[in-house]
Amino acid sequence: MTAGQLPRWADYILMPAINVAAAFIVSGLVVLLIGENPIEAVKVLVWGSLGWNEGIGFTLFYATNFIFTGLAVAIAFHAGLFNIGGEGQAYLGGLGVALACLALDRYVPWWVTLPFAVAGAAAFGAAWAFIPAVLQAKRGSHVVITTIMFNFIAASLMVYLLVNVMSKPGSMQPETRTFEDGGRLPLLQDVLPFTDFGSAPVNFSFLLALAACLFVWVLVWRTRLGYEIRTFGANQTAAVYAGISPVRITVVTMLISGGLAGMMAINEIMGSQHRLLIEFVSGYGFVGIAVALMGRAHPVGIVFAAILFGMLYQGGAELAFEMPAITRDMIVVIQGLVILFAGALEHMFRPALLRVFGVLSAPAGTPA
Amino acid sequence: MSEELAIELVGIDKRFGPVHANKNIDLKVRKGSIHGIVGENGAGKSTLMSILYGFYHADGGEIRVDGKAVSIAGSQAAIALGIGMVHQHFMLVENFTVLENVILGAEGGPVLAGGVSRARAELKRLAADYDLKVDPDAVIGDLPVGLQQRVEILKALFRGADILILDEPTGVLTPAEADHLFRILRVLRDEGKTVLLITHKLREIMAATDHVSVMRRGEIVATRKTQKTSMGELAELMVGRRVLLEVAKGPATPGRPVLQVEGLTVRDGRGVDVVRDVSLEVRAGEIVGIAGVSGNGQSQLLEAIAGIRKVRSGSVTVDGTRIDLAATEVDAARMRRLGLAHVPEDRHRMGLVTRFPECENAILGYHHDPAYGRGAFLDYDAIRTAAREKIEKYDIRPPQCMLKTANFSGGNQQKIVLAREIERDPVILLVGQPTRGVDIGAIEFIHKRLVALRDAGKGVLLVSVELDEIRALADRVLVMFDGRVVGERAPETEDSELGLLMAGAAGQEAAE
Amino acid sequence: MFDTLILILDSTVRLSTPLLLAALAGLYSERSGVFDIGLEGKMLGAAFAAGAAAAVTGSAWLGLAAGILLSVALALVHGFACITHRGNQIVSGVAINFLAMGLTALLGQAWFSQGGRTPPVSGDARFANLVWPFAESLRDVPVLGGLYSELLSGHNILVYAAFLAVPFSWWVLFRTRFGLRLRAVGENPAAVDTAGISVAWLRYRAVICTGILCGLAGSYLAIAQSAGFISNMTAGKGFIALAALIFAKWKPVPVMFACLLFGFLDAVAIRLQGQQVPGIGEVPVQAIQALPYILTVILLAGFIGKAVPPRAGGVAYVKERG
Repeated sequence: MTAGQLPRWADYILMPAINVAAAFIVSGLVVLLIGENPIEAVKVLVWGSLGWNEGIGFTLFYATNFIFTGLAVAIAFHAGLFNIGGEGQAYLGGLGVALACLALDRYVPWWVTLPFAVAGAAAFGAAWAFIPAVLQAKRGSHVVITTIMFNFIAASLMVYLLVNVMSKPGSMQPETRTFEDGGRLPLLQDVLPFTDFGSAPVNFSFLLALAACLFVWVLVWRTRLGYEIRTFGANQTAAVYAGISPVRITVVTMLISGGLAGMMAINEIMGSQHRLLIEFVSGYGFVGIAVALMGRAHPVGIVFAAILFGMLYQGGAELAFEMPAITRDMIVVIQGLVILFAGALEHMFRPALLRVFGVLSAPAGTPA
Repeated sequence: MSEELAIELVGIDKRFGPVHANKNIDLKVRKGSIHGIVGENGAGKSTLMSILYGFYHADGGEIRVDGKAVSIAGSQAAIALGIGMVHQHFMLVENFTVLENVILGAEGGPVLAGGVSRARAELKRLAADYDLKVDPDAVIGDLPVGLQQRVEILKALFRGADILILDEPTGVLTPAEADHLFRILRVLRDEGKTVLLITHKLREIMAATDHVSVMRRGEIVATRKTQKTSMGELAELMVGRRVLLEVAKGPATPGRPVLQVEGLTVRDGRGVDVVRDVSLEVRAGEIVGIAGVSGNGQSQLLEAIAGIRKVRSGSVTVDGTRIDLAATEVDAARMRRLGLAHVPEDRHRMGLVTRFPECENAILGYHHDPAYGRGAFLDYDAIRTAAREKIEKYDIRPPQCMLKTANFSGGNQQKIVLAREIERDPVILLVGQPTRGVDIGAIEFIHKRLVALRDAGKGVLLVSVELDEIRALADRVLVMFDGRVVGERAPETEDSELGLLMAGAAGQEAAE
Repeated sequence: MFDTLILILDSTVRLSTPLLLAALAGLYSERSGVFDIGLEGKMLGAAFAAGAAAAVTGSAWLGLAAGILLSVALALVHGFACITHRGNQIVSGVAINFLAMGLTALLGQAWFSQGGRTPPVSGDARFANLVWPFAESLRDVPVLGGLYSELLSGHNILVYAAFLAVPFSWWVLFRTRFGLRLRAVGENPAAVDTAGISVAWLRYRAVICTGILCGLAGSYLAIAQSAGFISNMTAGKGFIALAALIFAKWKPVPVMFACLLFGFLDAVAIRLQGQQVPGIGEVPVQAIQALPYILTVILLAGFIGKAVPPRAGGVAYVKERG
């Protein structure tokens, strides 16, 4: 109730750290359950993801995806919305990227294609968020449920398109033709001097992701729109009182969120696969939820959380190779645990922590 | 009335963090009496009753029921001891029938069938014994509040309550419904039940109780026989000193009209017209007060004028610009641009985002103002500077513009809202319940500010359920009843006359 | 033509069963005010536990028990997060889905090394189809014979249990004390609290009911419909069940019809896979598969009646101060 408060640093750094630590401790127990040594597993994981150039490259490649999907979830959080549809929005974003690349790749260099691909990714992702947003804003249907439904609808739609409409002529594969050079982003090591990520697919999109972080930070904390989004998220009645339109904020925020999720496809489709194929999103949209929760919906936190999950994905692959009993499904387990401890159980350790701080600060006393 | 005690509280003590809600409370309630507990908002009445009903645990002290010391661990224990409670906000399931609500928690067996028919018979008996008729198969959401309250009383009686606690029962009732309630309470008393009536309205204490205890700042400061006290004495006990809610102000010099409302009708979510064809005018340099029992449409009227609430018909003219509220998409931002400022009734729910720092709340609703940024961007240096100026001018404490707003006291939060709304130089200010939950020092400050605003040639439309506040501030008084403005009076008008208007005297005969 | 119809209806029943069990499961939790998008995860967990236990013990009943046990355990995690710690119900549901998806695949591979599957079960380790009396001899009676021997007879016990759970759930919700309180706590927990009933314990019991029914649903998939657990074998059925629950506006009997409808769509989609329909050409199966979701969205948009969720749903109960 009116219990004391934690210092800011404890609230923003210590609490999340404890929660994430709890998630990893339980993950360790799962490893024990399988009969492997968790310490060894961590060693393999860290070395596999950070111990060599190519590992780092893969880590950053995955992190790029997670930054986009994490930002998408985070911006919606600020408006008090739960966009669980990053998966479907990213899938549709891929369609936007592919259309731009297929149209332009034979005629222009990549840096001409890129703005169109970005626009396509953002527009298609945003479009897929638009209907749930409008339904929530105008008809009060819960955005969580509708975005879940839209994930499934997206999956059906994309399979249909890839099988019946967009597949390479004469091929049974549900995928488009491979893009030419004009539809391929350069690797990060070719853009940044003195870097070498071996054959890892980390590419120009990583810089785009960092730019997106800056964009979100400025938007949320330095613009009038961001102020309106945060007001709406914190207190809807006060937002209406302040003349902020709930319909407009809900729709605009969801469009931004869907657009960011769609941008993930730039990394996968234009940066790595160079063709549109089914199920390329493979859960990265959902990882965004864990990343946003862990990063406390702040761009800086999201970058760290995304890199951590990038490590898990890359290190997890190494781990599956070194310790065959620990398959890549371990990542999904950890993801679930992070969402559980950093999200649903985020306040579990708070009372204990308050007591610790209460004991520590008791002699000083606080004026009422 | 016997000398036996139904309830005796000895040294009850309760703290919520730094707030000492109940200090060493001693209270004796005689069996078969109606005992009033009166005090201002926040005096600790509700906390005390919640302890008695097992909702909270006292930190110290003893509760005796029928002479025996008891420990009340939860509502279940309270019910077992024969204590029933009618909460201020009804504890009813809206889409359940009356019968389902009554048996909830006292179903009489794992399968409903038997219990339901027994309950039906019991309800019939209670209805006959205590004049408490309600259709057992009606759905709660369809019933008017007066009947919903009756269901709450029935719930308590059905559980065999001998001691009935009513927490601010008349806040939502019309005067006629309140009178009916008091009649029911007297019947209950005559049948041997004990009634504890919690209220902050002195009139009700005088009308309904046998004894009265006065609470102030968590303490019981006096207990009196109702017949041997007066409203004046009780009022004095409640506030601790003789407060003359009088503000030094000269006569008004009304100028041009700054706010005109014509034919405003508001329909709420249930399809009931809560504001009916209201027209009024506020001129520059005057304060117009709207008096009325809460729930008679004042809140909705204010929100409709502020552009927050959808209306069925009607128009508003602010400083010469006429807006048809029903025909155009209006929002609060548009009204603000016309020079209309609004201090809402409920600052926590509406006026502030309590998790924001103070400076961000100081721009709420004015965040598009060019003074606070350029283009799409906000300029936090300018925002903080402006916030510091207001903190200085309104003596907001602590003077920290980056402090989370939730950490300010009620009075200081209200000052944050007031400073924001007044300092942007409006032509007309709407104010709802400006001093609810505000300490006395801040009340004086706020009242002075409002008068100063009037004297600076602005219009003020004031809604308050505190008649004394209306009297002290307003230059003209409009009385609202059942969604209509039923009369206009001078603030010096007799209590009894205003009271009759507030009770809807004009339409009373037709309604009965 | 008639035989085709009977066959489609028969598979409709089989395909509806897990949806029905899961949707009824969700009914208990959501009616008590605890939203549950983790039906999928609980089903998957149960399928794995049932498959594994049945394979190891050779008993379908022990498999079922294990399935229910794991599902209830996951439901209790949800309860612990949402009821005890007032965590976000959506977030908790998402977490449980991932936990189940990851753990089942991981442990499946670690314990059985068959690519995430559990060893195939047969005989007593699987729920057999119950053939009703005279089903064989009546088969050739026109119309009724087909209906009797194909549609009514010849399903396993969990199918019958699922359809019996519909009237039973209706009775529990609307004719018992537990049901009255459960519905009340989903609408106005404060009313339940002040009536002297523990909100937390009531909601815990509701999520346990959810766990039991999800356990049945998952076990059905692994050891009745199929002969073992396959990684991610629920494939979104938990979400279709959720859609059915919303589509049925949180009422037991309409839940059955919604599940039958969605099951029917699935059966038709399977039937039409790759087939040419005269006049239309190849039917886009994906469109039929997406139909449950599309229908639910249209319903949520308020174009087919209004789906009003339990009022207190999604919000943890906090005692208000004074």
